[in-house]
Amino acid sequence: MDLAFVVLIQVLYAVASLVIVSAGLAVIFGMMKVINLAHGEFMMLGAYAVIAALNVGLNLWIAIFVVAPIAVGIVGVVLERLVIRRLYGRMVDTMLATWGLSLLLVGIVTSVAGNTTAGVSAPLGSFSVGAYSVSGYTLVIIAVAVALAIAIRFVLTRTQLGLIARGTMQKPDMANALGISPSRVYSVTFAVGAALSGLAGGLLAPLTGVVPTMGAAFVAKAFITVIGGGPAILAGLLGASGLFGAINQLATFVTTPVLGEVALLVAAIVMLRLLPQGITGRFFKGSL
Amino acid sequence: MNRFAKSWASAALSLAVGIALLFGLPGVMDDYTLIEVTIYAVMSILGVSLAFIWGFGGILCFGQAAFFGLGSYTYAIAVMNMGDSTVPFLLAIVVPALFAALLGYVIFYGRLSDVYMGVITLTVTLILFNLINSTAGPEWRIGSAPLGGFNGIPAIPTLNWPGQQDEVLTPKDLFYVTFTCLLLVYLGLRVLIASKIGRVIVAAKENEQRVVLLGYDARGYKLFSFTLGGAIAGLAGCLFANWGAFTSPTIFGLAQSAQIIIWVIVGGLGTLVGPIVGCVAIQWLTSQIGTQQAFNSNLVLGGILVVFVLLVPRGIVPTLGDLIDMAWRRWRKAAAHAPKVAIPAAAPMEPPRALAATETAP
Repeated sequence: MDLAFVVLIQVLYAVASLVIVSAGLAVIFGMMKVINLAHGEFMMLGAYAVIAALNVGLNLWIAIFVVAPIAVGIVGVVLERLVIRRLYGRMVDTMLATWGLSLLLVGIVTSVAGNTTAGVSAPLGSFSVGAYSVSGYTLVIIAVAVALAIAIRFVLTRTQLGLIARGTMQKPDMANALGISPSRVYSVTFAVGAALSGLAGGLLAPLTGVVPTMGAAFVAKAFITVIGGGPAILAGLLGASGLFGAINQLATFVTTPVLGEVALLVAAIVMLRLLPQGITGRFFKGSL
Repeated sequence: MNRFAKSWASAALSLAVGIALLFGLPGVMDDYTLIEVTIYAVMSILGVSLAFIWGFGGILCFGQAAFFGLGSYTYAIAVMNMGDSTVPFLLAIVVPALFAALLGYVIFYGRLSDVYMGVITLTVTLILFNLINSTAGPEWRIGSAPLGGFNGIPAIPTLNWPGQQDEVLTPKDLFYVTFTCLLLVYLGLRVLIASKIGRVIVAAKENEQRVVLLGYDARGYKLFSFTLGGAIAGLAGCLFANWGAFTSPTIFGLAQSAQIIIWVIVGGLGTLVGPIVGCVAIQWLTSQIGTQQAFNSNLVLGGILVVFVLLVPRGIVPTLGDLIDMAWRRWRKAAAHAPKVAIPAAAPMEPPRALAATETAP
């Protein structure tokens, strides 16, 4: 019984971390159709922002929930203005340019912070379930993922901002005719996506070591999740995270973490062969 | 010159230069420099493999390094078990080709779009990297070859003359073999592209639907070019393992994949010579950066990639070609009009048609 509970927590945690890792990408790729291969590096910047904030003496929670998203959001705005803006509609070129940006960011951070692993210790300690102990921070991750999903849904469906953003993505000309500046909407959306990536990086900083090259570990997972999810941003994100996270965690239990990750990626490729449009291309059509 | 003649003229020129280098370099270089040149040739083969499938097949593969690494590991494992290097050499081409065929089947017959293609190939590279990287223990071995995990496989027996296991190739021989492979790959691809099959491949890149409506199975042609690209990358991997008698998981890595793409972009997408130029230039630059501490090589490579995508999207070779073309036309025009005197030497420039008439579509 205790074991079942712990397994459940671990599976939920795996799903939740996929949601968190992929949320920023779901906004940038799912809404704007911009292939952001620098997604992992945005997360890395978020993690470094947390470390920098801690060094200044800020509280850990403020560093994660305020400093990391804002810092990376600002970076996002700058990069959108300088590079991404010139490439809208040229998907392959965006892909190459953002890969260039990712190398550039890794290079800059390595030059500044050095190629060493920095660490943040996980807060909240742990509590015990029967003979097992569960880290309290695991529960934070799960809670944040739930909150994030609710917040995305709320913003997109219930606020004017979300309505304008969705409308602009569908028909920029029409939005323009109605007096909305598409270029500003793109800019803001990209910044929001970047901020979400930064938040993800900050949240995961206590769990993974913080190194300049850490982004590479996340980018494939995030992409596979978003692509596996299909056209509906939120339903796809949740569906794919649920499926892949569960496969990952269960395979990890049976074998090793490396094989768990391999199982995730193989499952994703097999699924894309069967459902090329992703989960929401076939099921939950028309949902958000 | 029309476009067709021009493309053959440039191919003949490239081959002539290549053959001159093949026979000329060993005469003027010491062994150490020759070994340096050999690695450029190995990487050029890798660059050409992506240049073919991306520039002519329209398949953006972010995981060309996967086939490169697979070829390298296949050779290493096979040669350690077999001793003689002839069969391992062939296996290093066949195994990546089969892997590419399997992967290509999933992608093309699943009708995944270009963009997904990039992400999936990237993912496969990461899977292979993670797998190989985690095989460090002594229990991970295939036959008598330990996989070595992140330590890689050292002391790989290098190529010998077929059937004569003790006659191992000298560095000079390896240079000849590698450079000949590069020339053969280049020539073979040139001929293929000019053939009917090659025309369908290029046509499928330009407009897949139209090709299908004309009765060709575009997926099959794409699968063929992808598999061929995998085979060539595997050949490069085998030669790489021979070059240093060593291989390690980093050759599967993202950094390696990124480099190949940068070579193609910098040299010129849609040409075969461009990526060789890009490869040599970038490899040289990377090794120069490696010798000093001021700049991180990622920083420079990333910067180059962004700058080229934004400002020189066609790459060095086609851009140079355009400039030469323009100068040539101007000169001809000036020469043609010179006797009449009425029109000044600075004749108005040709319309942009001149740009469109070269090998690639932007």
